[in-house]
Amino acid sequence: MTLVSGWGRFPVVDSEMLRPRSFEAVGAAVADVTGSVARGNGRAYGDAAIGAVRTIAMTGFDRVRSFDPATGRIRLEAGVLLSDLIDTFGPRGFLPFVVPGTRFVSVGGAIAADVHGKNHHGEGGFGRYVDSILLRAGQGETIEVSREQNSDAFFATVGGMGLTGIILEATMRLRAVETGWIRERVISASDLDAAMRALEASYAATYSVAWIDCVARGSDLGRSLIYLGEHARADEIAEGADRFPISKKPGLAVPIDLPSMTLNRFSIRAFNELYYRMGARRAGGDHVVSLYPYFFPLDSIADWNRIYGRRGFLQHQCVIPEPGARGVLGDILDRVSKRGDASFLAVLKKLGHGDGLLSFPLPGYTLALDFPVKGDILNFLDEIDRLVVAAGGRLYLAKDARQSRATFEAGYPALSRFNAIRKSLDPAGNIRSKLSQRLFDEV
Amino acid sequence: MTSRKTVLVLGGSSDIGRAAARAFAKAGYDVGLAGRDAAALEPDAADLRARYAIEASTWTFDVLDTASFDGFVAGLPVLPDVVVSIVGLLGVQQNAESDVAHATTIMRSNYEGPSLILGLFAEEFLARGNGTIVGVSSVAGDRGRASNYVYGSAKAGFSAFLSGLRARASRGGVHVVTVKPGFVRTRMTEGMKLIGPLTVDAPVVGDAILNAVEKKTDVVYVSGKWRLVMLIIKTLPEAVFKKLKF
Repeated sequence: MTLVSGWGRFPVVDSEMLRPRSFEAVGAAVADVTGSVARGNGRAYGDAAIGAVRTIAMTGFDRVRSFDPATGRIRLEAGVLLSDLIDTFGPRGFLPFVVPGTRFVSVGGAIAADVHGKNHHGEGGFGRYVDSILLRAGQGETIEVSREQNSDAFFATVGGMGLTGIILEATMRLRAVETGWIRERVISASDLDAAMRALEASYAATYSVAWIDCVARGSDLGRSLIYLGEHARADEIAEGADRFPISKKPGLAVPIDLPSMTLNRFSIRAFNELYYRMGARRAGGDHVVSLYPYFFPLDSIADWNRIYGRRGFLQHQCVIPEPGARGVLGDILDRVSKRGDASFLAVLKKLGHGDGLLSFPLPGYTLALDFPVKGDILNFLDEIDRLVVAAGGRLYLAKDARQSRATFEAGYPALSRFNAIRKSLDPAGNIRSKLSQRLFDEV
Repeated sequence: MTSRKTVLVLGGSSDIGRAAARAFAKAGYDVGLAGRDAAALEPDAADLRARYAIEASTWTFDVLDTASFDGFVAGLPVLPDVVVSIVGLLGVQQNAESDVAHATTIMRSNYEGPSLILGLFAEEFLARGNGTIVGVSSVAGDRGRASNYVYGSAKAGFSAFLSGLRARASRGGVHVVTVKPGFVRTRMTEGMKLIGPLTVDAPVVGDAILNAVEKKTDVVYVSGKWRLVMLIIKTLPEAVFKKLKF
């Protein structure tokens, strides 16, 4: 028995960890118990990558099978991390089309969560650039699924939280880039309306995201810094700079669980004030920054999740469809700012259509908020969920550790179709995670 | 055939072997992977080709089959610039205490085989007038400890062999590196209780090996902390040391 948790370190539950060394061994591990799921690099926040009984660690499967520099097409094992792809293929002029806020996720995990990045509004999610997937379905078959072949299984697997089987390999396309630098523009927005207007106005930007000060209240409610980005051309980077910047190992690390009082309304308010003012000073003209701080600001602090102390934290990420998003987002931010305990990772971003049956994105605005696990936070988040559901929104399963079945079912209308496909791939129900027990499986 | 330098990795299927192969390939070397089952190494060779656009080949090599060594070295189409031996076997100390066959396998896998094959490569390198030999030994060879002295003594022998070879070969333009990784998270150590701050991942060892070759380092403790730890362990008086259980 092993105690396992996600990145949020809540919940901590028991699951047997297995690290198979061959695809045959993966098959055997799935076949002999009811209740396995694959785990990549453990960056899902809640209980998605924890097997009901057994968790299958996939990071050992880290081989690239083939790469064609003419097309950017790559075949790889599911345990390859995006950080590895960036470090290896970036210097050759290729990057993943879609990267989430951390590069320390596996390809298998990125497909299972159909992760989105700062370019979702225009370019879609991770799954859009996946051509086919080698899947070890629960029934004992290993099948290749794509938009053409076993397409039901493909669209259930993209965003399917690992519940259609174990993702073993994938073929995907990488983006050809001239450099590893981003031409960034920062816009400061004094309140929520200004932030949403700025995101709307910059729809043509390849990358856009707003950091939102969720402690600011009153007329400052929703004040934000909006970060726009474009891939820099070779003639736009500093003279003498390497075309591809070196990735630095995390320079800082959080060595211990900080006492849970470290983050309080005063320290968060002070941090946010400073962060906003420093960002606002950079607002205006373009400047060129390395892709690492642009895409992965928190990756530079190893184990930052320990900042929330031993009890862990919850990330609440919802998406609210347009029109009507403004009112609900304002309501949520108002309630959050009155509590004062939501932390520095508060992000607002425009999303487009999702590709998979259970992909999180839908056209609208997504808001992500972090909260330490304490006090009445679970009740508070249930309240927020009611606002989300009433607005036709949903929560991101890759971040979730606590939503109710009712919230989940209301948010994902393709669920019954997903369940039928899952059942046909895995009639005996061998693939089960703690998340599927909580939200999907018949009880 | 390319103008790139070549490295041959003995024990290419191990986690440290794979990491070393990637480090060298990333630096632009063509790579040969050698192990008991050449076919099983092919996916790793394909990985190196796809990632780094270099040439990668696979070779059958069994460290216990010392009779095959002369033929193995003679059969290579190109004498590599660098040869790295990561071959080794931790074994089970408790079994080795009474099972002569098991103890013999540990000793041969960690001392006899790696020393003999690297010795043969050293002769070829000396005849050519250049080359680098890397032996991955262990901090366990720095002093025999109650919990793993069969493995440790074989590694001690290997370290001594490398030390002597280095002294001799350096006059002939050939460099010898001894690598002592300390605790590494690999298949070999899976399930063992490792001390977090003293433990590294395999890629760190791979990078350290490449770095040592390029900088012509003699003895590398992958984590500097181990040099200190082993210095303390080595200086403890035997009367004290024998009371320790680790």
